[in-house]
Amino acid sequence: MDMAVVELSRLQFALTAMYHFLFVPLTLGLSFMLVIMESIYVITKRPIWRVITRFWGKLFGINFVLGVATGLTMEFEFGTNWAYYSHYVGDIFGAPLAIEGLMAFFLEATMVGVMFFGWDRLSRLQHLLITLGVALGSNLSALWILIANGWMQNPVGAAFNPETMRMEVTDFAAVLFNPVAQAKFVHTVSAGYVCASTFVMGVSALYLLRGKYTNIARRSMMVAAAFGLASSLSVVVLGDESGYALTDNQKMKMASIEAMWETEEAPAAITLIGLPDMEAKTTHYAIKLPYVMGIIGTRSLTGKITGIHELVLTADARIRSGMIGYDAVQKLKGNRGDLAARATFEAHKRDIGYAMLLKRYVADPRQASEQQILKAAADTIPNVPVMFFLFRFMAAMGFAFIAYFAMAFYCASASQFSTRWFLRLAVVMIPLPWLAIEGGWVLAEIGRQPWAVDGVLPTFLGASSLTIGQIWTTIIGFTALYGTLAVIEIRLMIAMIRKGPIEHHEPTPQAGFAPLPAE
Amino acid sequence: MHIPLDYETLRLIWWALLGVLLIGFALTDGYDLGVASLLPFVARDDEERRLTINTIAPHWEGHQVWLILGGGAIFAAWPFVYAVSFSGFYLAMFLVLASLILRPVAFKYRSKHSDPAWRARWDWALFVGGFVPALVFGVAVGNVLIGAPFSFDSDLRMTYEGSLLGLFTPFTLLTGLLSVTMLVTHGAGWLALKVEEGAVLRRARRIGSAAAIASVVLFALGGVMVAKAGMGMRLMGVVDASGPSNPLMSASAAASGAWLDNYAAHSWMVLAPALGLIGPMLALLGISTRRAWVQFAGSSLAILGTVATVGCSMFPFILPSSIDPKSSLTVWNASSSHLTLFIMLVVTIIFLPIVLAYTAWVMKVLSGRITLADVRTSPDFY
Repeated sequence: MDMAVVELSRLQFALTAMYHFLFVPLTLGLSFMLVIMESIYVITKRPIWRVITRFWGKLFGINFVLGVATGLTMEFEFGTNWAYYSHYVGDIFGAPLAIEGLMAFFLEATMVGVMFFGWDRLSRLQHLLITLGVALGSNLSALWILIANGWMQNPVGAAFNPETMRMEVTDFAAVLFNPVAQAKFVHTVSAGYVCASTFVMGVSALYLLRGKYTNIARRSMMVAAAFGLASSLSVVVLGDESGYALTDNQKMKMASIEAMWETEEAPAAITLIGLPDMEAKTTHYAIKLPYVMGIIGTRSLTGKITGIHELVLTADARIRSGMIGYDAVQKLKGNRGDLAARATFEAHKRDIGYAMLLKRYVADPRQASEQQILKAAADTIPNVPVMFFLFRFMAAMGFAFIAYFAMAFYCASASQFSTRWFLRLAVVMIPLPWLAIEGGWVLAEIGRQPWAVDGVLPTFLGASSLTIGQIWTTIIGFTALYGTLAVIEIRLMIAMIRKGPIEHHEPTPQAGFAPLPAE
Repeated sequence: MHIPLDYETLRLIWWALLGVLLIGFALTDGYDLGVASLLPFVARDDEERRLTINTIAPHWEGHQVWLILGGGAIFAAWPFVYAVSFSGFYLAMFLVLASLILRPVAFKYRSKHSDPAWRARWDWALFVGGFVPALVFGVAVGNVLIGAPFSFDSDLRMTYEGSLLGLFTPFTLLTGLLSVTMLVTHGAGWLALKVEEGAVLRRARRIGSAAAIASVVLFALGGVMVAKAGMGMRLMGVVDASGPSNPLMSASAAASGAWLDNYAAHSWMVLAPALGLIGPMLALLGISTRRAWVQFAGSSLAILGTVATVGCSMFPFILPSSIDPKSSLTVWNASSSHLTLFIMLVVTIIFLPIVLAYTAWVMKVLSGRITLADVRTSPDFY
């Protein structure tokens, strides 16, 4: 494998995925907030709620199209840049992507057209149901994507088939109800809701600070404060912790987040802050809090948390076992009926992925030297300092958002959102959820390295047979295109916010808010 | 788990479903691409452009999902095809993606400012977002017919030995043009259904007629080229239709004229190329008799017939290799596992009818012709 092709493919995937995920969280959250706002309109029949729904709907639309446009790249990018990955796990990984299209994308994309163009063609209740369809569709789409991603972190319900040289599904229910996927789904959509709530709070605060559209801004803020408080609690409480004890790689992820080099006696201490050192394999200046890690990590006082050194030893043993399995696969290639090789394969198939880590150093893993085995085992440690600091950043943000929305509640009841320092804070808060969310993805994906699929397929083996020139062409192309679109999108958002919620097309603006024909 | 359908049957069903998805995409998003390609030619001033754009504005998002679903379903049911074609046609895929990314943004952003320069730029983006994908999809199909330069090693890692420019040959340019004329005919058919009588409709009829005639000529010419060049491949040796999905375990070889084999063996398949020829003529008839539904049905049949012709000619091949025939992907060696095919079939049987039902309902809610008066008054129009 040409490592430059691998690294460039990773760079492009990271760029396009992180760019795509600038738009997704707002879609996830704002769609449900539109449902809440429109429900209030349907129940109270007060036209101001129609104006509120339509206004946030417009901002939703500007954001939504870029999510759709950049999502297209993601659907194709596994095939274009990760062809061997697509072959190797497509039997399992392709299914959630296809179901996402059938069950979720069709719903959200078909309904979104009626949501924007159907205001005058539908009854109030019908239109609300359409908006609900958009919200359900976008959130279901997140469910299927996280089932796919959860499988990469914890590949359940599948086994290697030497006849087809790939992983094949053995238990589809296990893939669906993968606990890692479930935890990730709740965590990710809740983060999206926090993002949208913060956005609505911030934009409304701008209006209140300038004394414009205060009726609309106060009501929007109320909805956002309630939705945001519930969601920020959900992000932290139902966070990503569960499932960290399931596989060796997940254990490694937790150990590196905590920069825990040695296995400690249960219950383990948590390192609040320190300076992890990859070279010396230790954490300098660590400030520790006893017991806490054991309780968070295992939900018990007796559960042990395995340290990095011990996990590397486990990897070493699995590489050696995998080399035997790999040898059996090569024998089966020559003779499908070789019963002895078949039996050896069955005994060692769980570890074949580990043997493939050696391909970075030697073309045929069976020829690996002791030195190379040690190197491959050490490769299973992800970038500890990045993990350590990103996690602390994300956790701090999580608690900050709970405090922020609790404060919003207090300001709502105490001063009807007229506390100016709080309004200024709300504006400053707008970009923070995006930082936390992108940080969360980097943490999840860096933490899985060196694997594309935990214990199954190393990332460097997944790439396509492309040239460096081809990948640079598309990286430059995507960067230029995406960069231009980002500038245009932000300008349009700002222009739309400046213009405000009052529509000059309204049939009788002088009479306040015109009732619909249905009223 | 007991699977009530055997592997061979499921592979056949998924081959047919692959066709359904491609046809679904070409029938629905096909007219969006066609209308976008027509935009600079049928609409001269801003109001005409807005009229044209708003015939497809509420629909294209849902239609594009056929393409996304196509990608996902090929990934799930034909992972080899997904991996080989998408990475092999790498830069062509990028061209399609980049132009398709322009499209949603152009729809949404075009009318947010009244500045004519701003709008003209987005109109160009829309044109590119319609024309380029239409052309490249056709070129890709042409390349599938002649085979792509790829081979597998014993780990089934694929190596591709072609380039972007290598994709463009006289034959593939012809299939590319056919794709454009067919989708332009279809787009003109949609405009005939959706816009009021006027300048836009008159121009759409004129260009639609020319495109329909060109479609007939190009389709016939394409058939002649396939026959003259003797394109085709045949399976060799014993074929295990329920065997493992491993191209290296089966054998095939180039065989002159083999893409015509199936029509001799199953004469009913001739229906597909017949539709490919009759469809555009029917569209032409619809235009000259001012029957919009006949015109739209004609362009739809043309698309159906053309996609089905490619499938019927090549069966059981899906993506032949031009440099290493034994690496060729067929219905019998490139699918996902028996269990995955079955699960995906169950999911499709449940959800596809639901999708079709609400798509039809949405079409009904948004039905009716669009007029210049609507464009001037509706606050929701782009």
